[in-house]
Amino acid sequence: MNAHQALAVGEPIGAQAATSPGDAPDAMVRFEGISKVYPAYRDKPGVHALQGLDLAIARGSITGVIGRSGAGKSSLVRLINGLEKPTTGRVVVDGRDISALAGRNLRLAQRSIGMIFQHFNLLSSRTAADNIALPLEIAGWPKAEIRARVAELLALVGIADKADRYPSELSGGQKQRVGIARALATRPNVLLSDEATSALDPQTTRAILDLLASINRELGVTIVLITHEMSVVRQLAKEVVVIDAGRIVERGHVADIFTNPQHPITQSFIAEVVGDSLPVSLASRLRAQPVAGGQAVIRVQVRGTGAGDTLVARLAREVGIDVALLAARIDEVGGQHVGSLTIGIPGGEGAAQQVLTWLAQHQFASERLGHVA
Amino acid sequence: MSPEMINLIVQATGESLFMVSVAALLGTVFGLPIGVFLATSRKDELFAAPAVNAVLGMVVNATRSTPFIILVVAIIPFTRLIAGTSIGSTAAIVPLTIASTPFIARLVEAAIREVDAGLIETASSFGASPLQIVLKVLIPEALPGLVLALTLAVVSLLGYSAMVGAVGGGGLGDLGIRYGYQRFMPEMMLAVVVVLIALVQAVQSAGDYLARRVNRRLRHR
Repeated sequence: MNAHQALAVGEPIGAQAATSPGDAPDAMVRFEGISKVYPAYRDKPGVHALQGLDLAIARGSITGVIGRSGAGKSSLVRLINGLEKPTTGRVVVDGRDISALAGRNLRLAQRSIGMIFQHFNLLSSRTAADNIALPLEIAGWPKAEIRARVAELLALVGIADKADRYPSELSGGQKQRVGIARALATRPNVLLSDEATSALDPQTTRAILDLLASINRELGVTIVLITHEMSVVRQLAKEVVVIDAGRIVERGHVADIFTNPQHPITQSFIAEVVGDSLPVSLASRLRAQPVAGGQAVIRVQVRGTGAGDTLVARLAREVGIDVALLAARIDEVGGQHVGSLTIGIPGGEGAAQQVLTWLAQHQFASERLGHVA
Repeated sequence: MSPEMINLIVQATGESLFMVSVAALLGTVFGLPIGVFLATSRKDELFAAPAVNAVLGMVVNATRSTPFIILVVAIIPFTRLIAGTSIGSTAAIVPLTIASTPFIARLVEAAIREVDAGLIETASSFGASPLQIVLKVLIPEALPGLVLALTLAVVSLLGYSAMVGAVGGGGLGDLGIRYGYQRFMPEMMLAVVVVLIALVQAVQSAGDYLARRVNRRLRHR
């Protein structure tokens, strides 16, 4: 597949795209005209946490909601399980208007929505097994059934040997596994993740995200994860919702968002994981003016399936210039390649222009960074 | 020390323990729910009732700021109504309970407030009722703090119980005043003080031990 085709794949993007979660036919969670205002209290001014928000989250999907702190992510996720009420609009979860429920009816509905937390929120006075049993006790399950279900859940999250440990005796990853088992105890349809891996190291984060992916695959649980880390979205989510200042600024399939981010906020998130920065030694040698006998340094954005694989060889063959590969970083996101190649072009200004023209003809976004000796 | 004196000390110790343990029990029965309510009834809390919270807080403060010896005398009619008499160890339990209840309530409030608010949110997120949150989350999580609070209350009650001798309440304090001070028997005074110190030590050690036993937070493998 050539670069042009690769880009075409990623073309239908933005809020109107047919593939965006907003148009999902069978929504597990649907926000309709949601706004959330925290009124002024004493010396604190009022806050518009969410404004005019419409969003549908498809049944069985994994949707990542990403935003900077204070963007409204926490409010959004707490509207789904009724911990907070919208100021206007309604939130429909599995066909039920959760924002209209209160008291006992709300509590019954909450049993079909699990939630995991950044700081795990385990009871220090209970063992791992007893922590997992808590929602079942609250739902009034008989003791024998609780015991059987807890054993099942401990095995599911891979900590059967830690059943009788207290949280103070568990590692962060083990604690989050207990949290996940507890959230799944009452067999919910929706699992909400509130920065669930933000307190974990990268390796443990990967293991927890793998666990969540397998839970989604095997149990069909719809997962909504809020995070400020694009790497988490990249690894786990299929759909992405980018929010900023209480509004959705961009949404779509994770591959589309990564290959063609539109909003500056999204672009900044992508840059964090794709890594546009040059190696230090290269950056320090970079000059603004051409260097005699040196190379022009050009960065080429790679977006799409296999687009960058043969770039260097094709330049050599089709343009007849032996380009030097100075730096490269390509990640795979949702089956699409995302990254950049930094290449050095010897042979003066003419050769550099030839390469830039060729790149433009073949739909590669590129920029000249400078020159090195 | 004569056998009669030892007898007096044993009897007075029994009276003190009786008064203190019953008053501590009743103080906990009344003080625990009041303390839990105080800790959970401010604005946006579990049992949000800010006005009731404020009034109850004032009542608790008023009771706590009344000197105990004045409380004992001031509520004599109430004591007579409840206990049928205003003298003796049983009657003394009434003012001791009234003094210990707000004290225990404040200690319970402080212990409950120590529980991470995230745990309340967590329990709410899986549909726990406010009462379930109190019984299954707040009290078990605050248990080490509650045990230490109760220990402190018992130790204070031992001190208070020495004062009820003034209205014929009996107990170690009464013995110390009547024999040790008024009859000028320093050895009796000394014996009373030694027994009181031993009791306080025993109560504190038992409380500390129990609090450690129920504390899972800092225990490591």
